[in-house]
This record gives sequence, C-alpha cells and structure tokens, in this order.
Amino acid sequence: MAARVVVNVPATAKRGEVIEIRTLAGHEMETGFRRTDRGVLIPRDIITRFVCTYNGVEVFSADLHPAMAANPLISFTTIATESGTLEFKWTGDNGYSATQSAAINVT
Amino acid sequence: MTTRRGFLLALGSIAAGDALAQLPPNIAALRQAALDEGVRKVTGGAQVRPGKVKLDIPPLIDNGNTVPLTVTVESPMTEADHVKAIHVFTEKNPQPFVIGAHLGPRAGRAKLATRARIADTGKVIAIAEMSDGSFWSDTVSVVVTLSACLEDGLI
Repeated sequence: MAARVVVNVPATAKRGEVIEIRTLAGHEMETGFRRTDRGVLIPRDIITRFVCTYNGVEVFSADLHPAMAANPLISFTTIATESGTLEFKWTGDNGYSATQSAAINVT
Repeated sequence: MTTRRGFLLALGSIAAGDALAQLPPNIAALRQAALDEGVRKVTGGAQVRPGKVKLDIPPLIDNGNTVPLTVTVESPMTEADHVKAIHVFTEKNPQPFVIGAHLGPRAGRAKLATRARIADTGKVIAIAEMSDGSFWSDTVSVVVTLSACLEDGLI
C-alpha cells in the first residue's frame, strides 16, 4: 500500500519566525487489542516513530503508541532559520516507512 | 437427585466463575500500575510537580477514538532553559502511553497538538521534561461517552 502522508509547512517565513508545522499520515493504527467478529485478535500494526529534520538537522521527533488515534496527526513548531527543506519520516510495524519533504523560503 | 437448593448454588458458582474468567481481577489496580510504570519509565523515578504545563482537551468527549488535544509548556525555549520532551498518558487505556515528543530550543515554542484514543472516563496526563531535569505535569479529567476500542462490528 502506498503511504499517504500530508504535511503543511508555510512556503515562506521571516528569519527567526516561529512556524507551525502540521503533519498527517494515513494509517489505521491498529492497536492489537481489537478482535474480529469471530473473536480472532487483530495483530498490532502502528506507526512507532516520527522524525522531522530541517536541512539535515533533527528538530523534532516523537514515539507513537497504540493510544494514538488512527491517521496520526502531529502538530509542532520550529524556528525558521534558513531557506531549505524540511524532511519528514514515519516508520512503524511491518516495515512501514513513509517520507515527505517540503521546501521553505526564509527571508 | 438434584435438590432445588443444590441446583441454585451450582448455578451461582458457574455464573461467578464465568465473571472471574472474563474480568481480570482488580482491573483498576492493574491500570494504575500500568500508568505508574509508564510514568516511571519517562521520569526515571524523579518527582513530577504540577504546573507550567497546560493540557487542552475537551472535558466531554463523544467519540473516544479521535480526541484532539494540545499541550503547551511555559518555557523561554533557549539553549539554557528549554523543554526536552512532552509525554501524554491516559489513565484507563490498556496501554497508557499516547505519545512521547522530543523537542529542543529550535522549536521556538513548546507546543504539541495531536489526536489520541481514550478508552474510558478518567484522567489524561501531560508531563514535560525540562532541560534542567525537572518534570512538570497537568492532569485533566475527561468524560467519554463512546469508548475507543468498541467499534462497529468489532467488539
């Protein structure tokens, strides 16, 4: 299944400005606690880690757990220091991996 | 021959046995232990003081499957004094840990927004780890009408 991820980063920002970044990954986040109508336990399948790097430097990361809602949304802030790219990476169970990048122009 | 009294007693013990088989004994204590264990893992046994942290979450939740929440922490976010991590726990989930976010002075503001699953009416706890090694927390009691984990056809 192709990973569906969305990031929202302002295209331009003033130097030193605090920008808000919103990210969303399309994922069931199966908890491993649910059963089918036949009583079979559905195995856990979640995203476990999210990392954001700004021009190669890690600025934010998070460890996710089964108590995260499906389609995990993570919103955080960072200071616009220089023009460049923000890279986002999600990894999880069963070899799940997704990446996305966004360019930012800092004036 | 089975007497009426004997039959009723037998019936009672079957019912009690079933109930015991389904419900783990002392579920409240187990949940509290799981929560304490989760908190201890992130704090390493350090004291957690209330204050500095603000957890925004609706007090009445219709659907526990997707609960928006925002954590903000009072901090200048400088190299010398910043928030290192924000952890969110729920009291009543089978696994209480929701998210552990790691940030630093480059965040500018200590703010995290996400969405959680909340299994039942109870407390939600946000803990912030400061660069000086201290821990601060905010606790909010929420009421959940539709629990997470009980979805259509998958009970």
